[in-house]
Amino acid sequence: MSNITLEHYLLISSILFTLGVFAVLTRRNAITILMGIELMLNSCNINFIAFSRFVKSPTTVGAGEVSLAIEGQIMALFVIVLAAAEAAVFLAIILSIYREFNSISPDETNTLKG
Amino acid sequence: MGNLESIRYFTPELIIVVFAILVILFDLVSRGQSSNGTAYLSLFGLLCATIAVLVVGNVNQSLFFGMVRIDGFATFFKIIILIATAVTIIFSMVSNELDPKAQGEYYALLIAINLGMFLMASSANILIAYLSLETVSLTSYILAGFLTRNPRSSEAAFKYIIYGAVASGTMLFGLSLVFGMTGTTSIVQIGQQLPEIASSYPTAVLVSIIFIFAGVGYKIASVPFHMWSPDVYEGAPIPVTAFLSVASKAAGFALFIRLFYFSFGATNVNWTMLLSVVSALTMTFGNLAALPQQNVKRLLAYSSIAHGGYLLMGVVLLSGDGIKAVLFYLIIYMFMNLGAFFVVILVAKEVGSENIDGYKGLISRAPFVAVAMVIFLFSLTGMPPLAGFAGKWVLFAAVVEKKLYWLAIVGVLNSVVSLYYYIRIVKAMLFDPSEDAETLSFSRGSMALLMAFVVPTILLGIYWKPYDFLKDLPLDRFIG
Repeated sequence: MSNITLEHYLLISSILFTLGVFAVLTRRNAITILMGIELMLNSCNINFIAFSRFVKSPTTVGAGEVSLAIEGQIMALFVIVLAAAEAAVFLAIILSIYREFNSISPDETNTLKG
Repeated sequence: MGNLESIRYFTPELIIVVFAILVILFDLVSRGQSSNGTAYLSLFGLLCATIAVLVVGNVNQSLFFGMVRIDGFATFFKIIILIATAVTIIFSMVSNELDPKAQGEYYALLIAINLGMFLMASSANILIAYLSLETVSLTSYILAGFLTRNPRSSEAAFKYIIYGAVASGTMLFGLSLVFGMTGTTSIVQIGQQLPEIASSYPTAVLVSIIFIFAGVGYKIASVPFHMWSPDVYEGAPIPVTAFLSVASKAAGFALFIRLFYFSFGATNVNWTMLLSVVSALTMTFGNLAALPQQNVKRLLAYSSIAHGGYLLMGVVLLSGDGIKAVLFYLIIYMFMNLGAFFVVILVAKEVGSENIDGYKGLISRAPFVAVAMVIFLFSLTGMPPLAGFAGKWVLFAAVVEKKLYWLAIVGVLNSVVSLYYYIRIVKAMLFDPSEDAETLSFSRGSMALLMAFVVPTILLGIYWKPYDFLKDLPLDRFIG
């Protein structure tokens, strides 16, 4: 069995990111759009964590098998918190949209044009 | 510099945090009394923060182990942002759009957004850059949708957050790739390592930087990330629109310059070429789309996209002169744009219309307001001897000095196009008869504030000393 390398992680994260963008572009429901956005953010997290394991940097902690560039892990932690904050604001806005338009589809909430 | 020593230089930000909490507490205590107490408390907080920014002054220091940079560049943007916020708070008091019961939250958010903008202007690490960008974005979404009983406002917030979340997610992906290539999150260290990596992997560097540009480009509303801006500007409360078009844009440019001047500009990709095409497209699109607009708020939204294009012209040079021209233009843009939005607020309040038709015959109904609006609009066009001309002159001079003649020509042609739609408002105000002959009366305070925008708009066009001062600043002492 071959080892899991950085390329595998990058491949997964790229696929996740593309799926996220695809969901945002094609879905007609605000909740699914939010899910797409979360996919995009989480694909970035995979990148950060994978890089922190495989990249050598001046701040690398540990050596050999267990070395970590710690900034990547910290970035991922902050991104998780931000994703939660973003979801909270997004859901609040969806609520107020639903009250006004009785719909959460971006197509039906399109009165500002020009 | 370590954490404990850094706190001394971090007082402005701390003051802002304290006042954001104080405003919420004050609102809780004074619930039910419809006074402007929270607004005055917020203004006092901003005053304290301004004093703190000036006391800390122009030191060249890295704070919190190189996370935050404090230098003249950051101080400049902090002052601009503080002035714009204070003006927005006064606008909100004058405008009657807001629900008096929700004012405490509104002012607390307006203060808290300053923290994010300060950090955007002074970030020296991609972690801080991303966090501050998101702080500003999340708060702006709430502010844009603050009129919960108004469908347009909710829709504006909805569109804003979809575009914003995708743009910042894309930016984060780019940042993660840059981190993977360099193994560091410090902007300066990335800048040292990136040229070498770019010579062996040009595509990887190009793609990740374009991804990052999506995030900043969305903040400054540059083509092709501008789509949110007209809808958000039209739907949001007018004071928030004014705030977004000035403070948010200024903070976006600060972050843009930090990222590109220190890091990405050094790579062997021809950024000047790529970004000048973006800049030309941005101003052309903004000006052409503004031509048929009937809603003055939306018209000013497109005009602010166009001004983003002009400002971008100075950034693309990636030179000291270009950056100084951008800073000078930002000062002028702040005065003339806030002034124009203030007239929109006054007219919306008294006439009850945001359309050009509502401005008909304004000269006979409220002569001073009409004349002030003419001054702002001509200044936005860039007519001498107003401040807008001085700003554009300096920008175009920097572009011509770098031998980007085509970009300068596009800029000048765009200014001519922009005259057409600004003149339409002027024509409605001066020459069209009004259906309603009743004269409008405004409070003394409003007139004084309007005067405070008119004077610099005229003065900075004649008196260029501030630019000479900027020009003589040694760049490495100012930003670095």
